[in-house]
Amino acid sequence: MIELAVFLPLAGGLIAGIFGVRMGDRAAQLVTVIPMLIAAILSSYLLWHVGIQGNERTIELFTWIDSGTLELSWALRVDTLTAVMMFVVNVVSSMVHVYSVGYMSHDPHKPRFMAYLSLFTFFMLALVTADNFVQMFFGWEGVGLMSYLLIGFWSGRPSANAAAIKAFVVNRVGDFGFMLGIFGVFFAFGTLDFDTVFAAVPEVAGRTFSFLSMELDIVTTLCFLLFIGAMGKSAQIGLHTWLPDAMEGPTPVSALIHAATMVTAGVFMVVRLSPMFEFAPIALTFIVFIGGSTAFFAATIGLTQFDIKRVIAYSTCSQLGYMFFAVGVGAYPAAIFHLMTHAFFKALLFLGAGSVIHGMDDEQDMRKMGGLFSKMKVTASLMWIGSLALAGVPFFAGFWSKDVILESAFAAHTGMGLYAFWAGIAAALMTAFYSWRLLFLTFHGRTRADDHTFDHAHESPPVMILPLVVLALGAIFSGWLAADYFVGHHLDEFWRSSILMTHNIIEEAHHVPKWVKFLPIVVGAVGIVLAWVMYIAKPGWPAKFVAMVRPIHSFVFNKWFFDELYDRIFVRPSFVLGRGLWKSGDGAVIDGVGPDGIAAAAKDIAGRASRMQSGFVYHYAFAMLIGLVLLASWFLFGFFG
Amino acid sequence: MNIAVDISAIWPELFMAVAAMVMLMYGAFRGEGATRFVTWAGVLVLVVAALLVLAGPAGKTTAFNGQFVVDAFAVFAKVLLIAGAALALILAQPYNMREDIKQFEYPILIVFAVLGMMMMVSANDLLSLYVGLELQSLALYVVAAIRRDNLRSSEAGLKYFVLGALSSGILLYGMSLIYGFAGTTSFDGLAAAFATDSDAPVGVIVGLVFIAAGLAFKVSAVPFHMWTPDVYEGAPTPVTAFFAVAPKIAAMALFVRVMLEPFGDLVAEWQQVIWFISLASMILGSFAAIVQTNIKRLMAYSSIGHMGFVLVGLAAGNETGVQGILLYLTIYVFMNIGTFACILAMRRQGRMVEDIDQLAGLSKTNPYLAAALAVFMFSMAGIPPLAGFFAKFYVFLAAIEAGLYVLTVVGLLTSVVGAYYYLRIVKLMYFDEPAEAFDRAPGREITVIVTVTGLITMFFFIGLAPVLDGAEAAAAVLF
Repeated sequence: MIELAVFLPLAGGLIAGIFGVRMGDRAAQLVTVIPMLIAAILSSYLLWHVGIQGNERTIELFTWIDSGTLELSWALRVDTLTAVMMFVVNVVSSMVHVYSVGYMSHDPHKPRFMAYLSLFTFFMLALVTADNFVQMFFGWEGVGLMSYLLIGFWSGRPSANAAAIKAFVVNRVGDFGFMLGIFGVFFAFGTLDFDTVFAAVPEVAGRTFSFLSMELDIVTTLCFLLFIGAMGKSAQIGLHTWLPDAMEGPTPVSALIHAATMVTAGVFMVVRLSPMFEFAPIALTFIVFIGGSTAFFAATIGLTQFDIKRVIAYSTCSQLGYMFFAVGVGAYPAAIFHLMTHAFFKALLFLGAGSVIHGMDDEQDMRKMGGLFSKMKVTASLMWIGSLALAGVPFFAGFWSKDVILESAFAAHTGMGLYAFWAGIAAALMTAFYSWRLLFLTFHGRTRADDHTFDHAHESPPVMILPLVVLALGAIFSGWLAADYFVGHHLDEFWRSSILMTHNIIEEAHHVPKWVKFLPIVVGAVGIVLAWVMYIAKPGWPAKFVAMVRPIHSFVFNKWFFDELYDRIFVRPSFVLGRGLWKSGDGAVIDGVGPDGIAAAAKDIAGRASRMQSGFVYHYAFAMLIGLVLLASWFLFGFFG
Repeated sequence: MNIAVDISAIWPELFMAVAAMVMLMYGAFRGEGATRFVTWAGVLVLVVAALLVLAGPAGKTTAFNGQFVVDAFAVFAKVLLIAGAALALILAQPYNMREDIKQFEYPILIVFAVLGMMMMVSANDLLSLYVGLELQSLALYVVAAIRRDNLRSSEAGLKYFVLGALSSGILLYGMSLIYGFAGTTSFDGLAAAFATDSDAPVGVIVGLVFIAAGLAFKVSAVPFHMWTPDVYEGAPTPVTAFFAVAPKIAAMALFVRVMLEPFGDLVAEWQQVIWFISLASMILGSFAAIVQTNIKRLMAYSSIGHMGFVLVGLAAGNETGVQGILLYLTIYVFMNIGTFACILAMRRQGRMVEDIDQLAGLSKTNPYLAAALAVFMFSMAGIPPLAGFFAKFYVFLAAIEAGLYVLTVVGLLTSVVGAYYYLRIVKLMYFDEPAEAFDRAPGREITVIVTVTGLITMFFFIGLAPVLDGAEAAAAVLF
């Protein structure tokens, strides 16, 4: 059953990818959607079977690499953590598959799109079921590749191609750290198998190694390197620049890959490796800092953007920050909890945004929307549900998971924990504000769309609405249903050995002062009210406010100038260097001396050799005799010498 | 020595000699009309001779007071060269008919040449070696000039004759030196003499160099190769095909036997000569071919290069080396016959075309021929899994075993250079604008041979094991 849940998407993707053009659009959709739905049902059962009933297991499929001391198997390791991830991945992916049937109905390359989605799902499953570093890296790179292909799916657009390349390159930076981490693990532990490594960590902890005459703690260094990989994949501050651009891809891709699943792979990785990170307190502190900063920084940018998808993209970035600082303070279950609830409501928001875009003739600018509530009531209601969950309004999914994260950060009682707590509170205020800003600008007030577009704005077909409803159910109930298991009284029985927590911070989080518990709700309400005032009651205020704080606004609006900075520091010098090496290094030196030079020399030798062939018999006879004499004398001298 | 035993050892040769003379008589009485019949009779004679060779006595048999020897090595080489000769004869049939070469002597001369080659391969004495060598050479001189009315063909025959006479002189001189210093011409006697006396006299060494030079001429190794391009280009194409295959096998087999049997204990002495001519052949064969525009000339340099690779196996001087040589020669026969069959199919408006450029775009005008030629070219370049790869692989394996690293590295590098001109033909055929199409229907015989040799070249790896076993058994008798 586990095998089916993992390999059905692969089978569907391969069939649609190879035979897609011949079998036709409808068949390609069926052959990918049906296996995904089956896989989703199977993994829901698995969550109950493995998580609640406790039947965790590892299935060895075959020996993958056996070279010297490096021995790796291809295995499916299914414990509670994996079961949760498989559940999230398969359910969201199956909903996105169904949704794509409607969303991509006008696209000429439907089979290719469906095949990419299914293959992406397979790689993601390979990542979460890995029981060694290399298999995890296989899935890691696989999802990166599919992300690249899907961002650049509309390859006719230069901006899509640029975004795809950007995503790939920025991810390579993180992947490089991840790879170094893997090499380091093999160097330090002599194996890449999770269980063996985890068992050996307590022994290795505290040992050091020399690097450039610095004595570095082994486990801390490894955790830093691995976390750099996670930063790239999960778009944390510094390596986040690719995520907003990735919105160039079709909206279902944004929902599946750039909100619900792939970008959370970094969080998953750190949680999976919790037995290592628990022994690297410095690395954990760094994670808290990065997570808290990202949560705050991305939220500020979200306040100012006008592209509906970019707002949600920065929101994703910010929410990933929450997950990371939860991980950093040791509240791994809280991070995974938020990962799951976030997957539901963020996929819902993206797909809802897609529904709006679809109904508005591919318009993404919120300044050209407004008043759409009357036109698309279902979509608007579902977006409301998603926003309520995102803002942490009580009893929606986000409320349960976000609160426990903030409480854990407070309960950590470290300086960095408090920093993250206050950054998180500020981000929560901004989250509520930009969520309702989005809702008000899109669905309420007077419309700013031109008459033609507004008249043609329409509700999406049922095939797109139905997945939204399923996700909305998740956004409403998943927090309430799962809280007890994920972060409540059944925490220990639920997670068992899949997560290592050296001290139970979640328990402490339940005993923080009352004001800590209520603060997130209060700031959420403030944010919502503020948005109402600014965009419904007094629509003139935002412009005036922006005019008042113009420098700050332009700093934030330009995304803290990260792109410009990177362009100046990395991109342009690389181009200059590359062009220089190409023209003078490769063209002049290597080609000139190497291929061209050798080829010219070969032709020259060839010409000489064939000129010797004069056609005169006496020349030939002469050559023979000379050859004979030379051979004989060489021989004789050699003989005597 | 019982005369019956002697006769039983030479049944195939005896049969061929008698059959050739009967064919000659028949032709002489019937005149030109007999050509077609005599050609097929020649093929039949060759096939029967091959069967007789295979049915010959098992194990090592010497006859005529040790002048003649039959062993596994001789059988392997004989079967191979008869196969090459028969295929070349079949190829010649449609060409000769069309080009109006109606001399019935052609197949008869081929049979005589093969007879001489078989005697070379079985020679166990310097004198029987020489007799066999001259029998084949005289036949070949005439065959090269078979188109008497064609200037190029006559020139080729004459050049070959003059230079061949020179090489024969060198060879004979070497033999006389050997005889003078060692006191015997028998291979067994020579081997015995050098086995006990590790310090061979200088005269023997010089004689050995002369013999090596004479034989190197026959396999067209550098610097005794100069006749090859001119003769290949000038001789009629089927004759070139024959030249490229049968005499090379015979001479190479003889070369191997002479070096390893009588002079086997002097390996250290002759190894450097072979090393040098092997190296020089590989280098010249690959470089000089680059600038050729005539495909027959190109094939001449290609065969020089191939002989260089084969000599790598001899330079190794071990059993693996000889095994590699026999394997190489086997593969070489099929690749070359196939290529020449393709060249024979290059006709436009009834005339032969020999320019490489004329192959441009062949894949569009004649995809089948282009595919076959591409297979042969890839194989000659040594691209796995085609046959040519295994040929090179085993000789280089032997060289590595013998510690000849320089030779191996240079050999590999020159095969890279060689790949250039082989692949250029493929590029011309597949990527260039089509030239005018060739004539259709080159002849049933040619199509069949192209198909058969092409399949053998492509799927050689399936039958690799038995050929290797045979070559191993054949190689074992020399050590």
